[in-house]
Amino acid sequence: MTDGNYVSRTPVSQQPLKIEQSSPHDIGGLVEIEINRKKFKVPFGMTILEACKLFDIHVPTLCHHEDLCIAGVCRICSVEVEGMRTLQAACSFPITQSMKIHTSSEKVRKSRRHILDLLLSEHYGECYSCVRNNNCELQKLAKEYGVDFYRFGHVKEPYYDIDKSSYSIVRDMNKCILCRRCVRTCIDLQEVGVLEALNRGYDTKITTFLDKPISEVICINCGQCINRCPTGALRTNDPSDIIWEAIDNPKKHVVIQTAPSPRAAIGEEFGLPAGNSLTRELNTALKMIGFDRVFDTNFTADLTIMEEGTELLNRLKAAIVDKDESVKLPQFTSCSPGWVKYCEHFYPDFLSHLSTAKSPQQMFGAVIKTFYAQEENIDPADIVTVALMPCSAKKFECNRPEMVDSGFKDVDFGLTTRELAQMIKEAGINLPDLPKSNFDEPFGEASGAGLIFGATGGVMEAALRSVYEIVTGRTVPFDNLVISPCRGMEGVREASVKLENVKNEWKFLEGVELKFMIAHGTANAKKVMEKLKKGELKDVHFVEIMGCPGGCLGGGGQPIPTSPEIRQKRAESIYKEEAELPIRKSHENPHVAYLYSKFLTEGPCGHLSHKLLHTTYTKRGNYIA
Amino acid sequence: MPILNKPIVFAKENFGDGFEKGLKMKPIDIVLAVRESGLKGRGGAGFPTGTKWMLAATATAEKKFIVCNADEGEPGTFKDRVLLTEFTEQVLKGIILCGYAIGSQVGYIYLRGEYDYMVNQINSAIQKLKNENKLGKNILGKDFDFDIELRLGSGAYVCGEESALIESLEGNRGEPRNRPPYPVNTGFMGYPTVVNNVETLATVPAILNLGSDWYRNIGTDKSRGSKLISVSGDVEFPGVYEIPFGTKIKDMLELVGAKDTKAIQIGGASGTCISAKELNRNLSFEDLPTGGSIIVFNNSRNMLKILKNFMEFFVEESCGQCTPCRIGNKKLLDGVNMIEKGECSVAYLKELLSLGETMRITSKCGLGQSSPNPFISILTTFGDEILATY
Repeated sequence: MTDGNYVSRTPVSQQPLKIEQSSPHDIGGLVEIEINRKKFKVPFGMTILEACKLFDIHVPTLCHHEDLCIAGVCRICSVEVEGMRTLQAACSFPITQSMKIHTSSEKVRKSRRHILDLLLSEHYGECYSCVRNNNCELQKLAKEYGVDFYRFGHVKEPYYDIDKSSYSIVRDMNKCILCRRCVRTCIDLQEVGVLEALNRGYDTKITTFLDKPISEVICINCGQCINRCPTGALRTNDPSDIIWEAIDNPKKHVVIQTAPSPRAAIGEEFGLPAGNSLTRELNTALKMIGFDRVFDTNFTADLTIMEEGTELLNRLKAAIVDKDESVKLPQFTSCSPGWVKYCEHFYPDFLSHLSTAKSPQQMFGAVIKTFYAQEENIDPADIVTVALMPCSAKKFECNRPEMVDSGFKDVDFGLTTRELAQMIKEAGINLPDLPKSNFDEPFGEASGAGLIFGATGGVMEAALRSVYEIVTGRTVPFDNLVISPCRGMEGVREASVKLENVKNEWKFLEGVELKFMIAHGTANAKKVMEKLKKGELKDVHFVEIMGCPGGCLGGGGQPIPTSPEIRQKRAESIYKEEAELPIRKSHENPHVAYLYSKFLTEGPCGHLSHKLLHTTYTKRGNYIA
Repeated sequence: MPILNKPIVFAKENFGDGFEKGLKMKPIDIVLAVRESGLKGRGGAGFPTGTKWMLAATATAEKKFIVCNADEGEPGTFKDRVLLTEFTEQVLKGIILCGYAIGSQVGYIYLRGEYDYMVNQINSAIQKLKNENKLGKNILGKDFDFDIELRLGSGAYVCGEESALIESLEGNRGEPRNRPPYPVNTGFMGYPTVVNNVETLATVPAILNLGSDWYRNIGTDKSRGSKLISVSGDVEFPGVYEIPFGTKIKDMLELVGAKDTKAIQIGGASGTCISAKELNRNLSFEDLPTGGSIIVFNNSRNMLKILKNFMEFFVEESCGQCTPCRIGNKKLLDGVNMIEKGECSVAYLKELLSLGETMRITSKCGLGQSSPNPFISILTTFGDEILATY
């Protein structure tokens, strides 16, 4: 790849099919096909799998994933096309002419069973000791095809050591079926490229650069690979046993903060369809499990907006009034630890664009072990802070050596949605049945601005609501505070708000067109960063980047499976919950005001804020993991 | 290694000024002449060359590419090696003619890694053509620019498969792509690409020199022309032979001095094994197709050991992408080992033969689709003998 020229790292073979096609009508409209002796009409170029889905005909898949490009490697979706010598992989075969397809003929069933038996013969592990028990695509297929014995044998000993080196991701390649979804996720969806197939034939395995442990390569811990792994080969580094120990220890004061995205998705782990938020039911469950206090991460999301927004205004002032050329604009958000590490590895020279404000998780940790400990008169050494996050990278983040500003490890454990759901199940609780209850004082309720952090564009929307109002004294000129350009699932979005009739102290911003950009998923982040590199973002002021597709609600710790549709539903439930909240602007959160009046008395970006709520970044490049 | 028998196409005089004649024709006429001749791909699959060229010629694209597949990796095949050393210029001219015919500007020769000793020879042949204005800018005064670049493979058998070859050429891991789209539509760097075997391309100047009809009259109805065959194994005169399609195995064996023959492996490791009882079958696309390899085994050979050797080869050379090929070949090899130890039940052997059928129809590319061939054909033809021995 040449410098400065944006070149996709995805091999041509893994890019979508390039069938030349303007529109179905130009080439004679729809193609008439027959599936299992029934006639259908489908658009030219559609794959057999898509056509089958369209008409509710079940075809099993393993290597196929809606978020990823076509692979056609597992061959489980093989179907018979009349007149063709071989079976065809439904996921990759485009319908370009009339054809007769059979999805469960004798040949097809026999072949699928063979393929399944081959996969099972190499898949080490017992289902009951697997994190994906009851949510495993291989297990599901074995059931579907009535596998009752191992036709081609079964591995009896593990072949690979389990890689537990990372704070975030555990790789157990004994369970890998080489579908390469993780490889495609890493290189294609996220454009990180940490995972690749090594060796050939029977010796093929998925591994990292030079076969190093995952903690020693440039993995950004986003965990998207975990969300797309069909088996238990990839999972998060689960701290729940140690958390149980802390809960059971009467000396320890265990507090948990819950982020908005897990609350919007945890119902899926209990059998609810996507899009059912269980925020307040979860509060009850956490108390029942034995957490001493339950706090809302949105509180520090509001705090982040105050700090980050103030930082932006400071940067703007330094750039416009003081003509300080060392000030870097646009300012980038820094609450997504996957994005932060991506930037440290791939764009180390642009770290000064990142806001120095810590993420809400880390701010909360620092506040709990200082302000809260002081208010409640508890020795911070006895406090255990747990963060319920949708994210695997948060585990790495809380273990960063610099995250000890309270004098202790600010956040002790990052816990994912999946891991907490497991703990709740272990306690014998059926979450959806529980009554609702509120968050605990002294942080109480947070604003809706903090809540929408969970969806891509949310941080930007929250920041604009506050920045605009601080500068002009009026609410943002959008209906019902919904800044619509911030919403949606477009990979890169940009928009602007004009600042007019500003307050006296912000005179220098009069008439400034505040331009902002939003990107989610590091592949989209790369597009933005390449523009920045070329100097094309000179007139942009603020950029929100989230490491995962869809933002936090699509994080690597969220319930499996994931798909564009599921993420859309999670986003809708977050926005719906937000619209009903009484306070929807961060600067109007009374508890945040209280914190600034009682504790951080110098205000946002003041001395103590800087010590506790801001951080520094590491130029990692290719060499520092 | 000299060609011992009487040449049919590959005699120097047959090529004459076919190249110059070709460049005087309209590009589409070359495509039609090749189509008329009935020439089919000589790599083994036998796709009609004229049709492939026609598809490429009619594709609308900014760029088009030609790849000469010189990744001769099928065990027992060495005829391209001879062509590339003895008929270097004709191979290059075939590439240029193809370029002219389909409207391409660049051709690549993807040379097998083990053939690196030929690099200098091929490059100097390229240079010679450049000096003669038969390659480069405005070839022979025409408004036609063309360049040929030599690229080396790295020893993977699967890179002889055209889409894996293209992946390798692009600098990626050599793994077959999904087909369709075929390379002729979406090939090298996403552009229409013609991938042809060395022998196919080298034949073209001769066809243009002596005419399509001359070529059509050689061979059989469905397999026009001649074929270069690399013969090895238990024969008196191993080497490269040129024979017309339709030649009987019996005559072939006589020609190479095979005695006491027990089995003949046709088409390399991925081909079919026939017994000495089937000597009346013939070499052609309709009966026994071959990419150019015949390995002869006499009665002293142990068929199970031969099979084991082939299966070990496939276990190692599978690209590891698709399930049936990656694990299936290993299971077949395990089966061979079990037979060797006398541990394979007849029921399990039947299951493995059935697995072989599954591999044939579900593997992603030709490697996995043909790798069970030796397993199925040797165990079907020589099953009784093998089971009696072990």
